[in-house]
Order: sequence, then C-alpha cells, then structure tokens
Amino acid sequence: MATKWISVREYFKLMATFIFTKHRAQDLLIKLSSILSVLLFWHILLILVFPANTILPTPSEVFIALLDIVTKGDIFAHVFASLIRVVVGFLIATFIGVGLALVAGYYKKVGIFLNPLIEFLRPIPPIAWIPIAILIFGLGNTSAYFIVFMGAFFPIFTNSFFGVNSLPAIYENVARSFEIKKSIFVKEILLKFSLPYIFTGLKIGIGMAWMSVIAAELIGAQSGLGYFIQLNRLLLRTDNVIAGMILIGVIGYVLSWLLLTVEKKIIPWGNRK
Amino acid sequence: MLKLKNLSHHYNNQSRNIKISVLEKINLSINEGEFVSIVGKSGCGKTTLVNIVAGYIQPTGGSIFVNAEKVITPGKDRIVINQAHDLFDWMTVYQNMRLVSNDDNDINKYLSMTRLSEFADAYPYELSGGMKKRLSLARALVVDPKFIIMDEPFNSLDYQLREKLQEELLDIVRKSKKTILFVTHDIEEAVFLSDRVIVLSGKPTQIKKEIIVSLPKNRDSSIRDSMEFIHLKNIIKSEIQEVI
Repeated sequence: MATKWISVREYFKLMATFIFTKHRAQDLLIKLSSILSVLLFWHILLILVFPANTILPTPSEVFIALLDIVTKGDIFAHVFASLIRVVVGFLIATFIGVGLALVAGYYKKVGIFLNPLIEFLRPIPPIAWIPIAILIFGLGNTSAYFIVFMGAFFPIFTNSFFGVNSLPAIYENVARSFEIKKSIFVKEILLKFSLPYIFTGLKIGIGMAWMSVIAAELIGAQSGLGYFIQLNRLLLRTDNVIAGMILIGVIGYVLSWLLLTVEKKIIPWGNRK
Repeated sequence: MLKLKNLSHHYNNQSRNIKISVLEKINLSINEGEFVSIVGKSGCGKTTLVNIVAGYIQPTGGSIFVNAEKVITPGKDRIVINQAHDLFDWMTVYQNMRLVSNDDNDINKYLSMTRLSEFADAYPYELSGGMKKRLSLARALVVDPKFIIMDEPFNSLDYQLREKLQEELLDIVRKSKKTILFVTHDIEEAVFLSDRVIVLSGKPTQIKKEIIVSLPKNRDSSIRDSMEFIHLKNIIKSEIQEVI
C-alpha cells in the first residue's frame, strides 16, 4: 500500500518537474504533445464514436494524402502562388501603412483627417471586398493583391499610428533643442521609437494577409492553396482539403516565426521590458 | 549672458473662464561661467520657467535674451537636462551622442569626462540611473551650448548617489566652463552647487530673494559641514518657509 502511495506521489512529482521545469527540450515535448493529443482525440472520435463515418478522414488518411500531394509536387505551385500574393499585398500594405502612419503622426491634421475614414473602413472584413475587387480588377492576381492589402493594411496602420502617437513629448523637445533635422527626426526618432508597435501590427497583419489570400482564392482564383481546397471539395477529396488546411496552418506559423526573428534582429533594445 | 526680462506667464482656465497667473515679472541675468540655482516649493512654476527659457512654450509676457538677442524657439544654445528620462532607448550611448554631434573627438572627450567611454556600445536600459544622467550631461556638453538648463536632474536618485553626482557635476562644470541654470527644490543641493541662489515666491511666482553663495569655487563634500554652508542653508530655508 505504502509503496503504491509513494509511486503515485513520485508520478505527480515527475509530471510537475516535467511541466514546470524550463528546459528547451521539455518545452518542445510539451508543444509536440499538444498537437499529438488533438490528433489522438480526432482519431479516437472517428473510430470509436462514429465508426460508420465515411465523410471525414482519419488523421492517418490525411497524413497519407499530405505525403502524397507533397511527393507529387503539384502542391508547390499552389503554395508558391499563394505566397507571392501574400508577399506582394503584405509589402504594399507595409509601405503604405507605415508611411501613412508616420505622415499622420508628424502632421497631426493629416491624422485627424484620416481617422474617421480608417475607423469606418476598418470593421469591413477583407472578404467583403472580394466582389468589388473582382468587379474592378477582374479574376486574377491583382484582385488577390488588393484583398491581401485590405486584410493587412488596417492592423499595420493602426498599430503604427498608435506607436507614432505614443512618442513622448520629451523626445520632441530634445529634438527641437538639439535642432535635429526633420528628416532625421522622422527616420531616427519617430520611426525607431515606433518600431516595436509597427512590428505588433506586422505580426497581426501577416496573419490577416494569409487568411485573406486563402479567402480570395476560395472565390476568385485558378491557383493557390485556397483554390486547391475548393477544387478538392468539389472532387469530394476531404483528405486533400484537410491536408491543404494543414499546409495553410504550417505556412502561417512559419511566416509569423520569420517576422519574429526579423523583429528580434532589428529591435535589440526591445528586450528591456 | 542669459537675460529674462519681465517674464510673465498665465494659463487660461477655459471652463472657469479665469486667468491663472504662474510667473509674474521675473527679471534675471546670468553671466557666462556662472552657476545659478532657482529654488522654490513644488508647483511654484519652476518647470514652466524651464520650458519658457528652453523655448518649448511662449511666455504671455516679457522676453528672453541670449547675448542681447531675443530668442523664441528652442536651440542648441540652451540645452535642457530633464528630470525625466530623455535618452533615446533604441540608440547606444555612442549613437545618442552621434545623433547630435558629428565630431568623434568631441564625443570621445565628453564620454571620457563623464566616465562613460567603456559603455559607448551599451543601450540606455543597461546603464544605472547615475550613468544615464551623466550621459544626458555629456550629450548636452558635446554641442557646446552657451547655457545648460537642469530641471531637477537628480530628483529620481537616492541621496548618496545625488551627493556623488553633485560633486561630479561641479567637477565637469569647472572643466567645461559652462554656464548653468539649475532648478531644484533641494536647498542643500542649491547651496553646494551654486554661485548664486534665486528663491522664488508662491503663486503668482516672483523672485523673492537673491543670495550670493560666498563659498570657495573648489568644493568637495566636506564643505557641507562648514558653518558658512549651514548658515546659507538656513537663510534660504527661512526665505522659503515665509512663502505661503
């Protein structure tokens, strides 16, 4: 009896050290186990609870489909098409979003002018722009760039604008006393002070851009991961649909990680908090 | 020479539709190489005075002259060292200096004078409170201003560090031969640092008394125990206490 009690206690102790000790390898294991537990739940649900199911594939079937589309290689053309659309739309949104925020922060009147416009357009979801985009730009990449832009622009602009507006008055006074040129003030003080805020916007923006491109491709495109999912839905290949969704998730994760890495590189003072 | 002539300032309280007078007819001249302190109770308008002299706000009456020339905007001739953190966090110590000066020799000279040479590549968040203040001072000195205006610069620091920085400041001022307008509510600090102490009255603030500090120019901490020092402190203290 006593030995059993000790072993239970030992077990919990082990679990506790496993969960609360900050080791990278253990963190990785915990992260992996979170994904594995979902897969396991999904598998058990289909096998035990819905044994008669013929609509939804099991994780292993999806894994085989994923392996199949990756080894055949056709999927990469779709991935590439989506990525190009995201990169183009996201870069345009970044330049315009950050640029406009700097102008609006520096010339307060421009900020006041833009505010109602931004607040009015911001709640409109990017997919609501799809019909208008197709009407204006037709079925093609330009429409997709526009939808991605609409998805990424608002989080980038609003966060950057918030950053620019948060510049303490004391920095403006220091710049005035030291007679720092306008161009240097904008580049070295206003922009660099706002960088942490801008990156918050970029991180939200890249997620929105990725979501928007898939939505745009579901409706009006002949290539891309969204199109791939839509096509396989019509072919009743649900395993491929879910494999495509998994790819979307993985690529979205990689994009965020890339931005985080760039952020750490160019904001070395950011770790002061 | 820095000259404040009939300097007055009031705020308009729009909700109550009244004028609130902050400063009234301040006349003051500071000669080159002089260290002048302004002491007064908290909220008596010291920071408003600093902001006006720096050119950040326009006085509602009177003028400021630098060597007989009227000034209305901020400029390199009058650099302010603030009570609050005013260093650029995203720039290293060297970059903070480089933003305001292109002369590497000067930058190195003043970093060495303020004992920061070894920390040229550090970011402000890596510096101690005292080091940050020394960097603000080095940054001010490197543009060779005619006047340095210090607005309670050591306020946020503990007592021991304040005393140490006061001595260092005196040493640096002696070496750089700068003219300083120093604003504080700390009487001992004012006496220790200054050639002249200006006591401000309550609102609307005017100059209540001007006291010449007749202590030797070369001072160290031991002077704080001298009779003369204590006497001066008491005079200023009683002047301030008379203010309602």
